Amino acid sequence: MRPALGEIWVYLSATPLLGLTLTLLAYQGAFWLYRRANHHPLLNPVMIAVTALVLVLTLTDTPYQTYFDGAQFVHFLLGPATVALAIPLYAQWERLRGMLLPLLVTLAVGSLTAAISAVGIAALLGASRESVMSLAPKSVTMPIAMGVAERLGGLPSLTAVLVMSTGIVGAVGARYVYQLLRIDDHAVRGFAIGIASHGIGTARAFQVSEQAGAFAALAMGLNGLLTAVSLPWILPWLESLLG
Amino acid sequence: MIGALTLLLVFQLIGEALARGLGMPIPGPVIGMGLMFLALVLRKGPNDELRGTATGILQHLSLLFVPAGTGVMLHFQRLADEWLPLTVALVLSTLLSIAVSALLLNTLARRTKSKGEQA
Repeated sequence: MRPALGEIWVYLSATPLLGLTLTLLAYQGAFWLYRRANHHPLLNPVMIAVTALVLVLTLTDTPYQTYFDGAQFVHFLLGPATVALAIPLYAQWERLRGMLLPLLVTLAVGSLTAAISAVGIAALLGASRESVMSLAPKSVTMPIAMGVAERLGGLPSLTAVLVMSTGIVGAVGARYVYQLLRIDDHAVRGFAIGIASHGIGTARAFQVSEQAGAFAALAMGLNGLLTAVSLPWILPWLESLLG
Repeated sequence: MIGALTLLLVFQLIGEALARGLGMPIPGPVIGMGLMFLALVLRKGPNDELRGTATGILQHLSLLFVPAGTGVMLHFQRLADEWLPLTVALVLSTLLSIAVSALLLNTLARRTKSKGEQA
């Protein structure tokens, strides 16, 4: 006798295979759409894949933890991918070295703007303290942001969501900001998107050009370092300022 | 490809060990990236295998954010309660920091360049 469809589902949903395969399928589909639309920023593949997955998991009543047991194999690759960023960085080293001082000044100003404006606006509009603290490190790469949020008294898993949203907003919106401000240099474009929207912005920059990608990777790495060190110092001061 | 992947993992492992051992607030993979960069400077560049593997992974960097991003479903309640301040703060702050960074770097880089050309 053949097992009922429900039994097959019970078996499959208990193995990591399903979560892993679903993640890849959702991404393949999203990337196919993105490429067909000529890499249009509004069809960001992370956003589409996440929406599709949330729909499927909600409709099938699958808990996130069950899904993540499989998807963690993809998640794990964030580590080696971060190390791999050294390679495009090295390829752009000559150009980077020539403008090191402008890059560092921009990094400091951009990083502070990202954190202070986010905390200020959210607090003034009445967000809860936990949410504000989870939002503060939104512009840095996910593993750093989650660690910083925890130290500030935010919720790391909420931070992961806000970090992702920030990445998508940056990846989608950067092109329009650059058009408005008439910024054409791919090094400048890459560096700015890397400061404001970390890995997802960097992924977008790599799809535009390798030079933009390398500068974005540099900005992302440096902003991660700077934020991890500076935010725990700045936030108490900012909080007292906002009352 | 396996050799390159092993190398990336070894650098990540050293990075993690240093971060834990010295109690640094910086995540291990970021330290690993710094060390890998130093190694590339010393060895004058990656070999073809490492370059190929790195390019392959980085082209699909977006994929790696999908599992954590799907965690949005754990926070529907809070997001429903606080969507307005969070959305406004997130969108304005992100676009503002892109604009400020791009304008500043554009101005500073042009100044450095023209100074270099005069010299």
